[in-house]
Amino acid sequence: MTSVISVICFLVLAPFVGGLLEGLERKISARMQGRVGPPVLQPFYDVRKLMNKQTIVVNKAQTLLIVTFFILQIFTGCLFYAGSDIMLCFFLLSTGATFLVFAGSVTYSPSSTLGANRELLQMMAYEPAVLLACVGFYLANKTFNVSEIIGAHNSSILYLPGFFIAYVFILTIKMRKSPFDLSTSHHAHQEVVKGITTELGSRNLALYQITEWYENVFLLSVLGLFIVNSNPISYVVAVVVVLAVWFLEILIDNTSARVKWYVLLRVTWIVTSLAAGINLLILMITRRKLL
Amino acid sequence: MLVVPFLICFPFLVSILMFCIRVNKVRNAIAYISALVIMGGVAVLVIQWIMGGQKPIALYYDTHIVDMIMLGAELLLMVIVTILCFKYKRYWISLLTIVPTLMLAWLELFGPETERINHIYIDHLAILMCIIVGLIGGLIIIYAVGYMHGYHHHHLEFQDRRYYFFMLLFLFLGAMFGFVLSSSLNWIDLFWEMTSVCSFLLIGYTKTDEAIENSFRALWMNLLGGTALAVGIVYLSLTYGNLNLQTIVSRGPYYNSITLCIALFAFAALTKAAQLPFSKWLMGAMVAPTPSSALLHSATMVKAGIYILFRLSPAMSGTTTGMMVAFVGGFTFLAASLMAIAQSDGKKVLALSTVSNLGLMTACAGVGQAETLWAGVFLMIFHAISKSLLFQDIGATENAMHSRDVEDMHGLIYRLPRLGQFMFIGIVGMFLAPFGMLISKWSALRASVDEGNIILVVFICFGSATTLFYWTKWLNKLISSTEEGPIKDITKRNEMISLTIHAGLMVALCILFPLLSKIYVEPLLSEMFGTAVSVLPQSLLYVLVIIIMVVFLVPLIAYRYMKRIRTNEKPSYMHGVNEGDNRSFTDSFGKPKELVLSNWYFKNYFGQRKLMFPCSMIAAAVIMVMLSVIVGGALL
Repeated sequence: MTSVISVICFLVLAPFVGGLLEGLERKISARMQGRVGPPVLQPFYDVRKLMNKQTIVVNKAQTLLIVTFFILQIFTGCLFYAGSDIMLCFFLLSTGATFLVFAGSVTYSPSSTLGANRELLQMMAYEPAVLLACVGFYLANKTFNVSEIIGAHNSSILYLPGFFIAYVFILTIKMRKSPFDLSTSHHAHQEVVKGITTELGSRNLALYQITEWYENVFLLSVLGLFIVNSNPISYVVAVVVVLAVWFLEILIDNTSARVKWYVLLRVTWIVTSLAAGINLLILMITRRKLL
Repeated sequence: MLVVPFLICFPFLVSILMFCIRVNKVRNAIAYISALVIMGGVAVLVIQWIMGGQKPIALYYDTHIVDMIMLGAELLLMVIVTILCFKYKRYWISLLTIVPTLMLAWLELFGPETERINHIYIDHLAILMCIIVGLIGGLIIIYAVGYMHGYHHHHLEFQDRRYYFFMLLFLFLGAMFGFVLSSSLNWIDLFWEMTSVCSFLLIGYTKTDEAIENSFRALWMNLLGGTALAVGIVYLSLTYGNLNLQTIVSRGPYYNSITLCIALFAFAALTKAAQLPFSKWLMGAMVAPTPSSALLHSATMVKAGIYILFRLSPAMSGTTTGMMVAFVGGFTFLAASLMAIAQSDGKKVLALSTVSNLGLMTACAGVGQAETLWAGVFLMIFHAISKSLLFQDIGATENAMHSRDVEDMHGLIYRLPRLGQFMFIGIVGMFLAPFGMLISKWSALRASVDEGNIILVVFICFGSATTLFYWTKWLNKLISSTEEGPIKDITKRNEMISLTIHAGLMVALCILFPLLSKIYVEPLLSEMFGTAVSVLPQSLLYVLVIIIMVVFLVPLIAYRYMKRIRTNEKPSYMHGVNEGDNRSFTDSFGKPKELVLSNWYFKNYFGQRKLMFPCSMIAAAVIMVMLSVIVGGALL
């Protein structure tokens, strides 16, 4: 029963939370740059405006690919909040992201295709960290199931600090923050225009926007999963940690310049194998001793 | 069970017929009928086995005469290979066939008395292999009839030796049936050598310098494995006195001498499954006409190596041999998928992805848990169908557009709709649909974590990321929109039949695999490991069904819906004025400039030239060190 309620809550509340976070982010970014910035609700106004526009596409297939992307990403979050298998969630997330890549490359528009290729590269960069995080949860809690992980006696982060670092690192890629915003950027000065979203217009762009909100909420929820345990207070701590990381991402976004692809790939893989790899090594050795 | 000798002998008889008949039409007709008869034979075998209650069947205890015939065949193979080695001045390779064959001949004629054993053993795994060999192999032969006709039409520079080609194909199938149904190690060794020699001859079919070079590479690598197998067999019979595969697997962990033999057999299997450092022979096999690549990569040859590893798997669990196999497999999985990124030749991408997938299966076998083997068996089934489909498809595509470069497949799904769609299904079925990407990883990761195999966990995590990259960028090319007109599809009808059946099987497998797991693969595992296993939790199963619905149905519904609503289509943004056709823009001189977009290949980072040598060295070093440890441990 609780799982049904939390899924419904996710479905209804996630876009608001995601949109609100984006509004706040724009505001904070603006203040960091010494500007006033748009109103906090600006993202919602944008989406409403996009919804009312005529749909213009380069290729009809774009719409159906974006719709599939939308459905799969929402489904990911639902599964997570239903307390299902975490690996399954990330598998769905990657499948959904593949559809976004298809939507970008189906157009054969230069910026869009370049953006799609870069998106694919980013996926290759963050996938190991994501999978290792799942393995970490399994090692710490002996289960992949979210519902059982949140019921654990200790927070997972006690066992998984390295995995946590790797996950925060790839969150920069996933949330499209500079220096890793290669495929598409929240800033207007992208060398490939708007990258993968260049050829998305009106409703499709609105749909993409809403999907991003759902996705961000899901990603931050996984971050919270590192903290949450059977103690109710841990939920408060989790929210605080999530907001702190979120602020950190904005700070990084505003203080760094975009890097080239090989820097992205190399740095991400090095951080993943060092942070998560060493954590994995220690966990496995101690676990074997305990057994 | 007369069908068992029939399945093994019938392809041999047909292959003789193939060689003798020089009239193309007659030979083609016989090839069709024989392929169907082989499939029918497999069906009869399966039905008889099911009627018998799906119990393991052991047959043929006293086979003195057959043993002698087998010995004769083995000597004949040795003579053929030796002659060819001398003809092409690769003298040392002949040693790899002379030494093991003479060793086994000595054992057969003058060796010590061994326990009385069954020579044929039919269980779930053998039946599965028979289905793969019979069904996929049969379809490949049907495809080959049409393909080879077109091949010799286009390539007039090669001598038309189709009679020889089809002889080899049938010989190959017969050898594979014999291989998977035998449990006597002597028999297994003969069929093993036979597949090695067949693949050697198939690769050298065109007789170009490159083909000869590659075929001899394949020969020595596989014969090296065969030598290890023969040494293992001789050692086993001298020290232990039993030559039955099932027996040694079940008694494996308790005897030192058996441990050593299992290590040698596993080494042999690694060569046949084209694991690093022995991957190069499979890459070189690409010079042969497409049907032989399809056969080598999907239904036969490499699967023989995997089959032996699966058989040995329960005995390898937790041993040094298991560690070696798991390491080499996991490492190959990662290294080959990295190298696949840098390839733009479609066939080479397929070859590297085969090596990579085989690596994952090898790793699954090496860990030796019921869970990993479950993943391994499914990977094998998916891989067999998908690779066969993709190879045949790429062959047909090459015939139609005279290129097999992925870059040239831009918008293939619009230009060659049927072939493009089949290619799409093949790729998606292998890695995107729920099984390939998720479930295999899920169970392989869980089991390696449980086993404490850290390095394998890391390999799987990184390897699946690189796998995602090279497959998706290929898919991108296929669906990318194009203004080029359609290409004339010159695919023959029989080729199309084979392709359609493959694509249908692929889709059916994606949807029905939870069912298949329940009624077939789980019994297979409980037979091998002795305990009932249920790998797939029921809740996960339901979720999977929903995912399949979403992945397949949503695009379909949306497509229907989209057709009805009107959308406003506009030319794309090209950073310059679009000439109106999405193909060229106005450049700074006011002239139209054509736009060319290509995928990423990172040749300077992941190229074969960069990675193959160091990776082979690492794998070779690991194998050598581990083997020395095992041999030393067993002998001291």
